[in-house]
Amino acid sequence: MKRREFLQVAGGTAAGGALFSGLTTNWWGIDADPIPDPKTDGKIVPSFCELCFWKCGINAHVKDGKVTKIVGSPDHPLSRGKLCPRGTGGMGLLYDPDRLKKPLMRKEVDGKQSFQEVSWDEALGFIAKKMKKVAKEHGPESLALFSHGFGGSWFKSVIKAYGSPNIGAPSWAQCKGPRDVGFDLTVGSYLGSPEPIDMPNARCITLIGSHLGENMHNTQVQDFAEAVGRGADIIVVDPRYSVAAGKAKHWLPIKPGTDTALLLAWMHVLIKEGLFDRDYITKYAIGLDKLTKYLADKTPEWAFTKTGLEPELIRASARTMAAARPASIIHPGRHATWYGNDADRMRAVAMLNALLGSWGRRGGYYLKSKMPLAKYKLHEKVGRKPNRPVADRAKGAVYPFGGVNLAHGFRDASFPGYAEYDIKAWIVYGTNLMQCLPDRKKTEEAVQHLDLMVAIDVLPAEITGWADVILPECTYLERHDDLWAAAYSEPFVAMRQPVVKPMYDSKPGWWIAKELAKRLDLGGLFPWTNPEEYLRERASASGLSFDELKAKGVIRGKGDPGTIEDGIELSFGTPSGKIELYSQQMEEAGLDPIPVYRAVPEPPPGSFRLLFGRSPVHTFGRTTNNRMLGEIKAENEVWVNARVAKELGLQHGSRVMVENQDGKKAGPIKVKVTQRIRHDCVYMIHGFGHDNKKLRFAYGKGASDSDLVSKVAIDPAVGSTGMNVNFVTLEEVMS
Amino acid sequence: MSAIRYAMVVDTRRCVGCNACVLACKSENDVPEGYCRDWIVEEVRGSFPNLTAEIRSERCNHCSNAPCVTNCPTGASHIADGGIVLVNDEKCTGCKACMAACPYDARYVHPEGYVDKCTFCIHRVKDGKDPACVSICPTSTLHFGDLNDSQSDVSQLLQSRKSKVKGPETGCDPNLFFLT
Repeated sequence: MKRREFLQVAGGTAAGGALFSGLTTNWWGIDADPIPDPKTDGKIVPSFCELCFWKCGINAHVKDGKVTKIVGSPDHPLSRGKLCPRGTGGMGLLYDPDRLKKPLMRKEVDGKQSFQEVSWDEALGFIAKKMKKVAKEHGPESLALFSHGFGGSWFKSVIKAYGSPNIGAPSWAQCKGPRDVGFDLTVGSYLGSPEPIDMPNARCITLIGSHLGENMHNTQVQDFAEAVGRGADIIVVDPRYSVAAGKAKHWLPIKPGTDTALLLAWMHVLIKEGLFDRDYITKYAIGLDKLTKYLADKTPEWAFTKTGLEPELIRASARTMAAARPASIIHPGRHATWYGNDADRMRAVAMLNALLGSWGRRGGYYLKSKMPLAKYKLHEKVGRKPNRPVADRAKGAVYPFGGVNLAHGFRDASFPGYAEYDIKAWIVYGTNLMQCLPDRKKTEEAVQHLDLMVAIDVLPAEITGWADVILPECTYLERHDDLWAAAYSEPFVAMRQPVVKPMYDSKPGWWIAKELAKRLDLGGLFPWTNPEEYLRERASASGLSFDELKAKGVIRGKGDPGTIEDGIELSFGTPSGKIELYSQQMEEAGLDPIPVYRAVPEPPPGSFRLLFGRSPVHTFGRTTNNRMLGEIKAENEVWVNARVAKELGLQHGSRVMVENQDGKKAGPIKVKVTQRIRHDCVYMIHGFGHDNKKLRFAYGKGASDSDLVSKVAIDPAVGSTGMNVNFVTLEEVMS
Repeated sequence: MSAIRYAMVVDTRRCVGCNACVLACKSENDVPEGYCRDWIVEEVRGSFPNLTAEIRSERCNHCSNAPCVTNCPTGASHIADGGIVLVNDEKCTGCKACMAACPYDARYVHPEGYVDKCTFCIHRVKDGKDPACVSICPTSTLHFGDLNDSQSDVSQLLQSRKSKVKGPETGCDPNLFFLT
């Protein structure tokens, strides 16, 4: 819109003038000042978000066919009318000019490979033909589906029916796997997502391995702020002065890799000083005697020699958390794959919670509720069952706990002879394996062994460049997905529905899966033409009104009582039926029955441990091309302690290359010189440093920590990949 | 003084600096790329490991004694009902006198040539809604209301909690308060 000429102004609108005071009168004009109104309100379409995996309810405003703004749905228990910056910036994904627009196939002309635009029919026909060939020659089990994101459900149905059990996501073995195993071994329950913690009622919250606030899971941050606002005590263990540390009563700047020593010392203090919940432990736990004996010499003074934390700080923080019990939460965190001893560390977290009596308590951990959702029966009737077990680990390798497929294992199984049988084909849905699996070079090599590699995504990524076929899915704002029934304190069923029509030649996941299934002779999986038919049927089989889902995006249920204070009797899914402070299961598996602190290798002189985390405006590398979010944070920096920076001669804003112990390099990246981090580690926000030029905004901005994670430490209980074991040096780049 | 005196109260203890307020403002007000009407300031003091931090969501202070208004040669900058400082973009020539006068650097020149800034989302407030930043804020850091109503959220917070304004020495009498 062009601004009006000055002289024409006086003849403009005079309406609304009566609203204004005399102050608005001025020397030239008789015209009144209008109320500025950007008029961004539009028709509201409720749905749920996919900028991260928390999946908050949203209300999208649509005006003249364009999404003008996205706000939190007041009806949805996970958003409560509020929304994080990523969800607010969802239009930046929808209107990203770099989106995948047409199906692309790798073709070779005169010995030169390139992606050519093809029709959906050609792309899907090619994939189906190859998949049939793979099934015939190697068995359908030799296809792996990597799937991260809610829309993957359609493809999981197809791949199950095709006959492969090899379906996985990096969100387990590269993220929360050891956490859930640690809790399962101790209290007999996976935590899942959202985590069942009653922060609004907590009087003390301890973060050890969570930078909540920078990690922007909407509901949890709402609850955390509520607790802070009410004056709950916050204890933060972090080598970095996180945002949460800025709100803490006690900040424990721990030496990285020594968390288990601190957890043992805290438990020592609680037991030695009689501060733990003896009645609760007597009633619900086994193994206190053995634990007490084991902890006898795990004093704060002992822990000081490992963690570098003053004994009095360890004692004071233990007393703070004990004073608030049972409304005292040791937060379970989320990304737990650090050092390869992670299930043990997370057991210690679960045990510490148990000593505080916080499991099944108001202001502690509650037991979740879930609304029943009827299964879609055809998904179990069509197709073929797998004949072979999952191929996600080396021949003979045993990881006794977890039972969830290892995503990196599928990659490794693509090297001939590594696993019980070889993986020969990948379908990669919504996950940039080059940034989310460790050891990128290995992932690139694995691809060379495949007969077929398909990427399904909204945007290009490093992984899509390696595909034979790229299928452009439309964004979450342009499609239906399946119903979601979440386990939470207040259970609900939510529905994703299109806000606007798919742009370009992109298609919804359901359509792609349905068309692929048809070509694989599995068309029976999707006997409907419109997803609303399917959703309506599933909703009504579950006793839910489809029309209500459509109108509100969510139907809320009533939560069952979830704590002792609500009147429930606790039971535990462990072999003993009790909280296990001493684990017979671990002992029988040849592992430690009580978590043991073992020193992890330290960076050699001149090197720093590489740590990584999150920005509140980004979800890994998925959002770094989003131009709206990029206005807030376009590139990452490497955080360097101010004293260390001085010694290295680095200035704030210096550009450096970061190199790890294996000669892998990332950068150049700017240095953030700060008091907010220890001297022995450096820190980067994950998800930057894209090198796929098709991501025109994110390309070359910052550095990718993933490129520096070439080494891992495997957790013997879970098989997960501890990734905080890489050491780096910094070298200034002179321009 | 009008019967209503709108004010915003920012609870720095709750704020995590997530920038949802900035993005919500940008889409609500169709703020052009590269500009914003509100922003986050993170202030860390001390040296490792003895540190303190304060995070603030900042914007136009909607001063009761607004130098941008007194310095505006065309009358574009004005104080509207409720004490909200607004710019009438049709009277604005983009001369930037207001920008020079504002002690809070709260204004920018819109690509269409006029000076733009936070309006307290007056178009929402007149319909009884909160400004977009307040409405979206996941941490409930932001509060909006009438300081002349002793029962309002903002009045109650300022009565019960320690607060400060930015640059009290300017004498601008700001209406953006920070709980500490």
